[in-house]
Amino acid sequence: MLRRTLLSAVAALALSATAALAADDKPAIVFDIGGKFDKSFNESMFNGSEKFKAESGIAYGEFEIANEAQREQAIRNFADQGYSPIIAAGFAQAAAVEKVAKEYPDLKFAIVDMVVDLPNVQSIVFNEHEGSYLVGVMAAMASKSGKVGFVGGMDIPLIRKFACGYAQGVKAAKPDATIFQNMTGDTGAAWNDPVKGGEITKGQMAQGADVIYAAAGATGLGVLQAAADGGALSIGVDANQNHLHPGKVLTSMLKRVDVAVYNVMKAGKDGTFKGGILALGLKEDGVGYAMDDNNKPLVTAEMQAAVEKAKADIIAGTIKVHDYTADNTCPVQ
Amino acid sequence: MAVRGDLPGWVDVGLIPLLNLVVALIVAGLVVLIIGENPLEAMWIMLKGAVGSIKGWGYLLYYATNFTFTGLAVAVAFHAGLFNIGGEGQAYIAGVGAAAAGLGLEFLPWPIVIPLAILASVAFGAFWGWVPGVLQAKRGSHIVITTIMFNFIAASLVGYCINYWFRPVGKMAVESREITGAYIMSFREVARDFFGVRLPSTPLNFTVFLAVIVAIAVWYLLWRTKLGYEIRAFGANPDAAVYAGIKPDRIIMITMAISGGLAGLMAVNEILGVQHRLVLEFAGGAGFVGIAVALMGRSHPVGVVLAAMLFGLLYQGGSELSFAKPEINRDMIVVIQGLVILFMGALEYAFRPWLEALFFRAED
Repeated sequence: MLRRTLLSAVAALALSATAALAADDKPAIVFDIGGKFDKSFNESMFNGSEKFKAESGIAYGEFEIANEAQREQAIRNFADQGYSPIIAAGFAQAAAVEKVAKEYPDLKFAIVDMVVDLPNVQSIVFNEHEGSYLVGVMAAMASKSGKVGFVGGMDIPLIRKFACGYAQGVKAAKPDATIFQNMTGDTGAAWNDPVKGGEITKGQMAQGADVIYAAAGATGLGVLQAAADGGALSIGVDANQNHLHPGKVLTSMLKRVDVAVYNVMKAGKDGTFKGGILALGLKEDGVGYAMDDNNKPLVTAEMQAAVEKAKADIIAGTIKVHDYTADNTCPVQ
Repeated sequence: MAVRGDLPGWVDVGLIPLLNLVVALIVAGLVVLIIGENPLEAMWIMLKGAVGSIKGWGYLLYYATNFTFTGLAVAVAFHAGLFNIGGEGQAYIAGVGAAAAGLGLEFLPWPIVIPLAILASVAFGAFWGWVPGVLQAKRGSHIVITTIMFNFIAASLVGYCINYWFRPVGKMAVESREITGAYIMSFREVARDFFGVRLPSTPLNFTVFLAVIVAIAVWYLLWRTKLGYEIRAFGANPDAAVYAGIKPDRIIMITMAISGGLAGLMAVNEILGVQHRLVLEFAGGAGFVGIAVALMGRSHPVGVVLAAMLFGLLYQGGSELSFAKPEINRDMIVVIQGLVILFMGALEYAFRPWLEALFFRAED
């Protein structure tokens, strides 16, 4: 009897202690090498964190990686100080998250674009191929020449996943369409080279492409610029980039990392955080396409109907968009 | 009695670098002041973060290991009058060798596979240095241009190798699978597994001893062997060296191969000792830091090791500074490091005339 009372007292103490700790918990985010002002992936996450800070008044810890060794160092540093949840931006941090999360089972971690299979890690992945399929359908219908372009950033599987989804969408809407695919480079610099992005775009336009999709971080800004200057249409990525060149950007493939980050931070605060894989596709509004006043004149009712139908079919499962990263091949070129 | 124009030795190797460092830190402090932070506090955080704890020392020495290898690579080439800017690419290519041997020879026991993986790193790095050497020796293509170009070729080539050969299918991250056979243990793992002592987690591993051994070997090579003498003679005066019967083509190619091999050892630390997998851009600029390290260390192995430790301090202290003060972001850290390089390397003789005047006035 006495033993049981003691035990429950200890349990109650422990509970109140964790509750107190949870209230003190502050989220932290580790940005990847691109830096938090890359006008793309990292910046989107930064915006999500800022939104959380503005709403909750809770300051968050942040760090921008400068070299490989700092990945683990940064995550570990936040873990040492008891930050939770700790969000790692980007697939390159997976090994570091796995290592640190194992050593701190009572802290919560999240990683974007990669799966880390641990109970205290939430892995957030996006079905970029689904969103890219939709903008591919739209691109094919908007193209007069029957030739469309894709400009990727760094040549990595993730970007090929974008390209492959896009190509499938284009071919579905216009089976005889030609797709030009180019990657900007093989190093991290390829994410931040608008000049080269612009040159590649001009090259594709010279071959007849009149709609060009950029999935290239800050390099994409050069793609959008060159397309706007040369009279072609472009498609933005990650954030809604329609406003960058109103009337010249057909649409943007949305990847809501900002929402994902915000949700993780909020779940950490509310105590509703769950580990496991969170796959965000069209169904979950994790990816999508952007419609606003800037691109309204460009998108005909017919185009929108076709895209909406494709969206419904993908959600229903009647259209299966192939994921490049599943087997490193793409059924269409 | 020193000849007029010659400063005493301690001034050359002690006072001038110290003076440069102090001036660099003062200017860096001004920059910190401009963005509204207390420079003294910033310096203190940097220093404490790097040398105030075991963890700090672990990171410092880990960075210094990388910089020692790349610094020695540049230093050896300097002695032959060659400016090897390709340490970055040579280290990067060496990573492919390390990973290929580490993954391909997994079935061998570790005492065999680790030396083989180290040899593969050296061989790959040496090859990537040797090719520009051949181009210089046989075709007259300037080594500075070719080694820079080779950095870009290496970046593309390694990216291709990881994407198409090393990356497991279905895995998003651009990296190889884990290298388990050629696994160089970190100090932390050794302390935990064999002595039951808990050390803070740092990337410091046994490659640090390899760095010390290699530094001694480089000293021996340059000052105690015939080849080393030929390298130095060729660097000091190529015409005289030819007159003395030294073959310039041979020296250029051999020196560049040695230089590339030394840079390649960086992959041992990073791939076999820390990451345990081949990852993109693991060299992370260490090849370029090696140039500053060699300049600052006056191309002498002892100087290189000391300069590498100073840069290790700046890197680790810089990380801690970014953690403690998010306002001082990583670009600011690069500015501070850049100022140190500027004053220690490029302006190394800025105070010299002034010091000479001071000394000889005192003597007269």
